[in-house]
Amino acid sequence: MNVIFDIAVIGGGIMGCGAALRLSEGGMNTVVLEQGDIGQGASGVNAGTLSMQIKRVKLMPYAIKGHEMWEKMGDQVGFHRTGGYTLAFNDKEADLLHERMSMKKEAGANIEFVSPDKIISSEPHLSKKIVAASYCPDDGYANSSLTGQYYRNRLRELDVSYIEKFGVTDILEHEEGWKICSGARTVVAKRILLAAGGWCKKLAAMIGADLPIRARINTVTVTERAPQLLSSILGHATGLLTMKQKENGTILIGGGWQGKGTPEQGRGQIDIKNLIPNLQLAKFVIPALANIRVIRSWTGFEANVPDFYPLAGKLANRDNAFILGCVRGGYTIGPYISKLMGDFILGRETEMPLFDPSRDIIEGRLI
Amino acid sequence: MVSSLIGCNMYDVVVIGAGPAGANAAIDAHDHGLRVLLIDEGRDAGGQVWRPKSGSILKASVTSIERKGNQLREHLQKSEVKRKFETRVWHIEKSDNGGWIVGLSGPDDEKQVTSRTVIIATGAQERIIPVNGWTLPGVLGLAGSTALMKENLLPPHGRSIVAGTGPLVFYVASEIQRLGGNVTAISTLNSKLDWCKALPSMILKPRLLFQGLCWVLSLYLKRIPIFWRTGIITIEGENAVEGVTITKVDKDWAPKKDHQRYIPCESVCYGQGLLPEISASRLTGADHYYDEKLGGWVPTIDDLGRTSEKGIYACGDNAGILGVTVAPISGKRAAQAVIEDLKGENPGAGQSNLKMMQKFGRAMTVLNIPRSGLIKFIDDETEICRCEGITKRDIDHEIAHGAQSHNAVKSGTRCGMGPCGGRFCMDTVAMLTAHHTSKTREEIGLPTARPPLRPVILDTLSGDLDYDDLPIPGVSPL
Repeated sequence: MNVIFDIAVIGGGIMGCGAALRLSEGGMNTVVLEQGDIGQGASGVNAGTLSMQIKRVKLMPYAIKGHEMWEKMGDQVGFHRTGGYTLAFNDKEADLLHERMSMKKEAGANIEFVSPDKIISSEPHLSKKIVAASYCPDDGYANSSLTGQYYRNRLRELDVSYIEKFGVTDILEHEEGWKICSGARTVVAKRILLAAGGWCKKLAAMIGADLPIRARINTVTVTERAPQLLSSILGHATGLLTMKQKENGTILIGGGWQGKGTPEQGRGQIDIKNLIPNLQLAKFVIPALANIRVIRSWTGFEANVPDFYPLAGKLANRDNAFILGCVRGGYTIGPYISKLMGDFILGRETEMPLFDPSRDIIEGRLI
Repeated sequence: MVSSLIGCNMYDVVVIGAGPAGANAAIDAHDHGLRVLLIDEGRDAGGQVWRPKSGSILKASVTSIERKGNQLREHLQKSEVKRKFETRVWHIEKSDNGGWIVGLSGPDDEKQVTSRTVIIATGAQERIIPVNGWTLPGVLGLAGSTALMKENLLPPHGRSIVAGTGPLVFYVASEIQRLGGNVTAISTLNSKLDWCKALPSMILKPRLLFQGLCWVLSLYLKRIPIFWRTGIITIEGENAVEGVTITKVDKDWAPKKDHQRYIPCESVCYGQGLLPEISASRLTGADHYYDEKLGGWVPTIDDLGRTSEKGIYACGDNAGILGVTVAPISGKRAAQAVIEDLKGENPGAGQSNLKMMQKFGRAMTVLNIPRSGLIKFIDDETEICRCEGITKRDIDHEIAHGAQSHNAVKSGTRCGMGPCGGRFCMDTVAMLTAHHTSKTREEIGLPTARPPLRPVILDTLSGDLDYDDLPIPGVSPL
């Protein structure tokens, strides 16, 4: 291939494809390089939760914008606005819930506190042991399995080049900019954007940037089709449970319980000693789950840096290398922040500020 | 609580599957002083091929196949190998101490065991190429029908058509006749020439060849028509099978539409050979490769059955469809590998005739290799994925819109996301993807292996808990 692309986007998930679409609209000849298939990494295997209640306060404006974009994608991505509850089962969790949700409300999320009785009247299958709860009518979910199909179709419609099964093995400086290698195959581009989630650390190292990127290995489980047990999405005050029942009756159970493995070793694996408490917590919240069959459990990598804010900007202060990743709540925020990233690379003013990767990244506060 | 779910029993070997391969592996490992646990879904040992008769059948003549199964079961009784029957393995995971955790769902309370090694002997599954009407009541898989007949001595009801490929077609037809059923016709995609080509390999095992000839002869004597080089193109019927339309095929097994024949019947036994059941070995992370002469995807193993994962061994049909003559030897050889690796002893390989038997097994498997024309049997509206109701049209559409791998087709269409875990549709999806994209099976790949291996009731996994005992880790950042 003798084409010299204006930009090569490494990583074909929501971040990479979203940015590529924007860049292409802005006139750049763009190629997306994906090690597997489009949208099959974290973008395609997460639990699909679109909840304001689990977004970080400072990222709330981005989440609200992102949520609007998911709603527009609608049926093509299996979007549903169901409303969502976050539950607390003891006083400590109730305090946590009040503190956190009050701050998120202040940041613009449409969150209210509701009494346990009110929840039980609309969600009769929930445990009667709820002590406190919050509700957001905007919350909902999309079907993350459709991410790949959706973005592949958009790329094809806009005639954006993409190469699947292109696992990047090296990135070399080149007179035109960069030469990106996958074994013997190479692509030349004037600029690069790294948007490969948990794999960004390895890619950044290829051009000499050492970023403190870590990967969480989140577990998700799906059940067989069950009778109607749930109509809203659910969360837990600690963030350790998400649940939703999809239109087809299957129930998705998440909450960030950790599996095993690293991005370098390929896909992660579930860890039985974390899967079981995840399912126990789910059953505690909806006792009728006890008799439902589990069909599949899997994991996906969620990258972060110690301050848990995104990396979105120039990489290693170069003018022709960029990075986008480590967005906590990246599924919800991804379509929006990737658009901002596209604008930034195109030299336009961004609607909201980005997150300079060269900032001092210090360990975030955990409360 | 969690700790009570973790069994403190540490075995040397857990053997998954008590068919001829697994049971023999277990017996040999036990005889060499290893702590062995043998697990099977069935009521007793024997696997599919030596499946025991239902306990409620008191009097019936004993067939040679059954005799072999009985011998195995007696041998196992004497050996005192620890066994768990009616128990399913839902998970296999590397433990932190270098051994393996095996998750169980069965009648007793032990939900997890740990073991230094695992021998996987999960056997085979059926390959059924879907055609119009294949989901009608009255349609059975060829191997599925043998299970019915072995366990309950029940032939399929009414007039039966037996169709498909390989030796199983003739075995099933002769068993239906023996048990008092009524075979109306046999339709096989194979030609007489295919069988002639297999003959040199078959002569290596004259007794098996003789047995096969007896099946065919019994059918000829009863004047049951055998339609060579034909396949079922439609299974007709309103609410149940009423008949089939068979069609002549060319050398690639593509249907010749102008050579069709309708045959009324009430049941159809139908299949295109066996696929290695590799879901357990894939879950361990072991390397696999595609070899159509071994039935499809198989684990990469050495001479004795060691996979690429330390402590994981594979034997029997799941390591390559070589049939029941090879299985017991391959089981013994896997046990030998475990004994060597754990005790440093060399118990001496049972290698007698292995090469010949493998050659025989491979010749039988080659008769089942699907040819390119077979895809033309599948109608646009034919359901490929029964669990999710996904048709060939849905899958073709996904591939036409850029899906290039099995995972991509699966996530775009839901094909294979249902309770069967893609067991039934997997091979057809790969076949269609290969057809449309000209990619190899290895490029198309398989859907990522994920637990549970079979659906499992959530309560079985979670047990009871006290909320305050939940090991809730640190809270997420604000």
